[in-house]
Amino acid sequence: MKGVCNMRKNKFLLIFSILVYIFLFAPLIIIGITAFGGESYIAFPPKSFSVKWFANIFSSETFMNTLKTSMEISLIATIAALILGVPAAYALSRFNFKGKTILKNFFFSPVIVPGIVVGFSLFQFMIIKLKLPIYTSLLIGHTIIIIPYIIRVIGSSLEGFDYAIEEAAMSLGAGKVETFFKVVFPNITSGVIAAFMLAFINSFNNVPVSIFLTGPGISTLPISMMSYVEYNYDPTVSALSVLLMIMTIIVMFIVEKTLGLSYFLK
Amino acid sequence: MELINLKDITVSYDGKNNILENLNLKVEKGQLVSLLGPSGCGKTTTLRVIAGFLEANSGQFIFNNKDYTKIPVHKRNFGLVFQSYALFPHLTVFDNVAFGLKMRKMNKKSIEDNVNRILEAVDMKNFAKRYPKELSGGQRQRVAIARALVIKPNLLLLDEPLSNLDAKLRLKMRVEIRKLQQDFGITTLFVTHDQEECFSISDKVAVMNKGLIEQFDTPENIYSNPATEFVARFVGFENFINLNHIGDKVYEGMGGNKFKVQCERKKGENIKGTIRPEDIQILRENKDENTIEGIVEIRTYLGKSYQYNIKTELGTLVLKETNDVIYKQGDKVKLYLPSNKIILV
Repeated sequence: MKGVCNMRKNKFLLIFSILVYIFLFAPLIIIGITAFGGESYIAFPPKSFSVKWFANIFSSETFMNTLKTSMEISLIATIAALILGVPAAYALSRFNFKGKTILKNFFFSPVIVPGIVVGFSLFQFMIIKLKLPIYTSLLIGHTIIIIPYIIRVIGSSLEGFDYAIEEAAMSLGAGKVETFFKVVFPNITSGVIAAFMLAFINSFNNVPVSIFLTGPGISTLPISMMSYVEYNYDPTVSALSVLLMIMTIIVMFIVEKTLGLSYFLK
Repeated sequence: MELINLKDITVSYDGKNNILENLNLKVEKGQLVSLLGPSGCGKTTTLRVIAGFLEANSGQFIFNNKDYTKIPVHKRNFGLVFQSYALFPHLTVFDNVAFGLKMRKMNKKSIEDNVNRILEAVDMKNFAKRYPKELSGGQRQRVAIARALVIKPNLLLLDEPLSNLDAKLRLKMRVEIRKLQQDFGITTLFVTHDQEECFSISDKVAVMNKGLIEQFDTPENIYSNPATEFVARFVGFENFINLNHIGDKVYEGMGGNKFKVQCERKKGENIKGTIRPEDIQILRENKDENTIEGIVEIRTYLGKSYQYNIKTELGTLVLKETNDVIYKQGDKVKLYLPSNKIILV
């Protein structure tokens, strides 16, 4: 009896899971299919087959330029956020001091405050008040919004870290900086890689902050995709989405193979 | 000539309560000295001051006639073994041991020779390529000791190194530690809360309580002649009686009971005398000196002996007897407290 009951439960679970997956993947699959349509407007199902929209991406100067900008911004911002975030996460985990909890929560505030609010405030402050160049403010803005991810992921990989090994290294003749790079860092590399991926993807996809900080001549890929679909109905953006999905899948595949995706679920 | 000289070390974390108060300690070269005490007594704090992880609020640490008070940890050349062993998880046994030599910029060939020699000494040569997580507790312990010894430290500091091992291995490892310490002739400071463990291997023991050293002496002297009530209790004295000095080597307790005491260390009123449970005898023949009458309150069986709690005019005395004659509750007995076994604290 019990077995039958379990089987029924399993069947229900299976159907439910399939429904959830359909709900999640259907839009992506539809976009994927429309990318190969021959019509000059997005149609589902498409009436003819073509790969010209993919060619269209590579011939579009706007997309190529903004892709390059996005890559640059995300990469530099992620590295900057790592340089700032790793020591911060280390200090929060290693030391006890007054106001530690407040500081910890403060570091997560860019995630908690709505992105549009962060974007607008950064716009007011950096562009209007400080009159910073667009590229610089984009970099700063992106660094700010991804720092919380870095601190979170590095923080969790430092949890349960036996700091006695730091003292062991020092007693064996390593100075403070040497100790960090020779003993602490090698034990959190997987955390650093995970943080890097997460931060990079978040920066690359960001719209609410970028939309306020981009301006004449400089834009990021998601922003240029948005403005493209405002005036064009052809499936170029669908094709671009497919490429981005493939890129993400490849990255995730590498992460899974090297670290295991469970790293992000911690 | 002493190697370690701690002068008036005071440590306080909050500026109000002192963890260590004007602590003084001198350790001679080549000795194994233990810091013994319950948790919170300041023994680990003392070790951390010597290692350089903790700066004393006041006082001086002289090592080999040089002032080490301000010298940073990594320049002290002291070997450390931690309670958690603190091996580097990302390095193999070989690289763990080689770490200190690499820091000293030693060439590859000498590193290899030194590491192999020390791994052989601790019987871990076959495990050189393993990672710490693939080793048992005892093996990690050996690697930790090898890692501390390979740098030829001027001082070896052991912080409760045996407390994570099971009882059997603990016995084995403490002998090995003593052997390595003597083979290398290295001055060693050993922190522990286990009395038996530290007595078995130490040249000298500092018994600590509340940030002070209560007694610093050989294990034998501490065991047979504790200086304070705290030390006496810590090494197994259970009977404490109030005494007043009334004459040459004669003391009087409650109810006018007089006792002769061989070592007249303290004089005056309200002195505490103490005696071990196994040193009190139940008299079968007559004796006049150092005796007291009592009634058996409780008898408990301990395996190799019986423990009697006996109510006397001095209070309840605890004694252990292996004798065949068994007394039961309510029996009247006459106790003999040998004059050379009563210690004044």
